[in-house]
Amino acid sequence: MNRVVVIDYGMGNLHSVGKALEHVDKNISLSITSDAQQIQDADRLIFPGVGAMRDCMAEIKRLKIDKLLKEARLEKPILGICVGMQAMLDFSEENNGVDCIGLFPGRVERFSEGQKDENNELLKVPHMGWNEVKQTFEHPMWHNIVDKSRFYFVHSYYVTPDTCKENSATIVGESTYHKAFCSALADDNIFAVQFHPEKSQSCGLQLLKNFLSWDGQV
Amino acid sequence: MSLAKRIIPCLDCENGRVVKGVKFLDIRDAGDPVEVAKRYCDQGADEITFLDITASSDDRETTVHTVEAIASQVFIPLTVGGGIRTLEDIRIMLNAGADKVAINTSAVLNPEFVKQAADKFGSQCIVVAIDAKQVSGEGEPLQWEIFTHGGRKPTGLDAIEWAKRMVAYGAGEILLTSMDRDGTKNGFDLALNRAISETVSVPVIASGGVGNLQHLVEGITEGKVDAVLAASIFHFGEFSIPEAKKYMASKGIVVR
Repeated sequence: MNRVVVIDYGMGNLHSVGKALEHVDKNISLSITSDAQQIQDADRLIFPGVGAMRDCMAEIKRLKIDKLLKEARLEKPILGICVGMQAMLDFSEENNGVDCIGLFPGRVERFSEGQKDENNELLKVPHMGWNEVKQTFEHPMWHNIVDKSRFYFVHSYYVTPDTCKENSATIVGESTYHKAFCSALADDNIFAVQFHPEKSQSCGLQLLKNFLSWDGQV
Repeated sequence: MSLAKRIIPCLDCENGRVVKGVKFLDIRDAGDPVEVAKRYCDQGADEITFLDITASSDDRETTVHTVEAIASQVFIPLTVGGGIRTLEDIRIMLNAGADKVAINTSAVLNPEFVKQAADKFGSQCIVVAIDAKQVSGEGEPLQWEIFTHGGRKPTGLDAIEWAKRMVAYGAGEILLTSMDRDGTKNGFDLALNRAISETVSVPVIASGGVGNLQHLVEGITEGKVDAVLAASIFHFGEFSIPEAKKYMASKGIVVR
């Protein structure tokens, strides 16, 4: 039985991720929990997140999820989603600056407001809606997903991984909103996306399906 | 390429059925919300908006079950509005599977509620729905006022100022309905949409008045909005979502 844990640290609704996972594979054993034992016993982990980073990190630390993720990254596939992805970096600019888990070197920055696109139209923040993801690196998680497919995004902050340092992640997906930003990154066992696969219809469901069979290798 | 403009079919629901009135009268039955939502999702709708127009609050249970049923079959964003009055109402809807909630009358009655909601759940899931009506006369500078209770009750609030205030309070998106146009099929109030979309930093969804596909195009190109919402043209089979997207793309609009 494929034991999948969606890590619940009290931030927002995680049922949609769970429902989408069960939709792509009815035979998984799914738990939505913060329980350390269940996280340690799982075959694979989903690390979602919505809301403000300061509150997220406070709960992540209180529940020692940071420590559990640091252990888990050596052992099993992990999928980070949205704020879950952002929390994997060193630091976020949100809420006047928050130290994050630091699985990867890099920062989380805000889209600047008042920017205009090539047609001189105002770019709104949050970046909300369906945008293209260019697959900048061949990865098993992109299996059966056409390059430059559109996924659903809703976020005001984006990650800027430092790819020159040790332990740095690889940028595997890139999108453009005023400028290019990292919309997916990966490292051994970890795949993290800024968009919401659970809300991205068939492409998103395919990504979740890929995750359920991914062995964590590139 | 860039962010696609969104097409959002809207399900106005009463007692668990999709209905659509013309200026809130003459309500026609348009089907089971779960089936309708699933059909739109399969056709390529970018989001679904579910507005509960049930008059009494007794039937909230029905709404929660419907939202749960939609969310377990539809894997695109779902916004739920109608009767959202407390933080607990929001929590229930998010737990039922809504991605965003639309707050309308409660924001007017208690603007701080929007602030509390955004603080608690994050701006990304707080949509403020604004029902506006033109109040300026011919020859006067354009002005719109916020109305509640299905367009019957004036509030004295200027629509542009109100939109700015709601965004400052943490609204992550504005759902803007022209009460003059709603149900008329004469097209969006483009001046209203443009005035607000060019003023606020968050995405604006145009609503009220769509009668044909050119209206959707005008909402984007002239109303300058980020998304267009329509109900009856889709419900009664006049146009399909793929037809709408094809037409918009032919006019140079980026769609999914």
